[in-house]
Amino acid sequence: MACDANGTGRAIRAAAAVVAEHRAELVELDRAIGDADHGENLNRGFTAVLSALDAGPPETPAAVLKTVATTLISKVGGAAGPLYGTAFLRASGALGSASEVDIDGLVAALRAGLEGVKARGKAEVGDATMIDALAPAVEAAEAAAKQEGADIAAVLTAAADAADRGYESTVDLVPRKGRASYLGERAVGHADPGARSTALLLRAFAEAAR
Amino acid sequence: MSRVGLVLVSHSAKLAEGVAELAAEMAPEVTVIPAGGLAEGGLGTDYDAVVAAVQRADSGSGVVLLYDLGSAQMTAELATESLADPNAAVVADAPLVEGAIAAAVAAQGGGDKTAVVYAAASAGSAPDLAEAGRTPAEETAELTLRNDVGLHARPAALLARTLADVDAEVRVRLGDAEVDARSVLGLMSLGARQGDTIHLDARGAQAAEAIRRATELVAGNFGE
Repeated sequence: MACDANGTGRAIRAAAAVVAEHRAELVELDRAIGDADHGENLNRGFTAVLSALDAGPPETPAAVLKTVATTLISKVGGAAGPLYGTAFLRASGALGSASEVDIDGLVAALRAGLEGVKARGKAEVGDATMIDALAPAVEAAEAAAKQEGADIAAVLTAAADAADRGYESTVDLVPRKGRASYLGERAVGHADPGARSTALLLRAFAEAAR
Repeated sequence: MSRVGLVLVSHSAKLAEGVAELAAEMAPEVTVIPAGGLAEGGLGTDYDAVVAAVQRADSGSGVVLLYDLGSAQMTAELATESLADPNAAVVADAPLVEGAIAAAVAAQGGGDKTAVVYAAASAGSAPDLAEAGRTPAEETAELTLRNDVGLHARPAALLARTLADVDAEVRVRLGDAEVDARSVLGLMSLGARQGDTIHLDARGAQAAEAIRRATELVAGNFGE
């Protein structure tokens, strides 16, 4: 089973719906350690993504992801714009001109997205950022892809499960990047909003692939 | 002559504009484009505005971008990577205010992209205190400031610029304070006023030329 441009578009629409649904939750998480705009910014970005996809549906999965990337870069303020923008841009690059995403393509896209975020944000696992959700998700996806009979839904579900655990792990971490790092120890006890949104996006993709 | 252009990426439109105003005072012929705040107003960085600013600032010699805080750096880096020629622009890792002024002066003096980035990056570092073992000055001069404002912003920038392409290390001393003559902020920090006598030490291949230029500038009251 593979996923074409329409399927990719559906996954992105599912992600946009989840972001809208969790907007207030992300704002609350960000209020504790940041400037309370993560949910608002991400929702504004994905609303614009929907308009862009409606205006002219891209023809390949890579083109869908590139539209998402450029729209998020332009519309999301704060760090989330360039970070998610870079993730989708690198994922798009990994897919090339293929008309469908297969398991290998999916895993390569996830890995490329992770490396892009690491390079852009100069963060590593343990810094209490979206990397804490994304890095274990990519590893879980790579492991799941090697299982007998694995399909895209199974790979994405494994990624989403790992991202949830990674997000939960940020509660105990001292942030070392972004505005939350200014709080130091005082941020312990608060989950990272970026890790939460990453987990939400991966869960939306997994649900859309079922 | 085509000069390196500057783009100032800030979360705040006012901050970017203010720093651009300050830099323009020091380097009147350098294109300094502020790119601060969001398109609809408010704090944040606007990727499209940064890309547009880089395009406007590039007159052929390339662009150096400076930023205020973390996500402005990301936006600046993403904008340079998106250019048709990613080598046309480079993001300087430097303090925004000091870096922008140092970069503007270096660009005004005709420095290339690398020299401008270097000037910006050096602007924030602590003064080099490990100079005890250096060679003695080869040329010195005592110069009394007769111009109205002393070594204020414009004259300081003029002096730094005049010495920019001379192969010599020049130190300026007033009382107990001593600074690098190519550092605009250093010169300003001396607080040298009309009537003060500054002491110049120069060493290097063109030490005499450096002293000659500085003397001429002071004698001409910095063109005031």
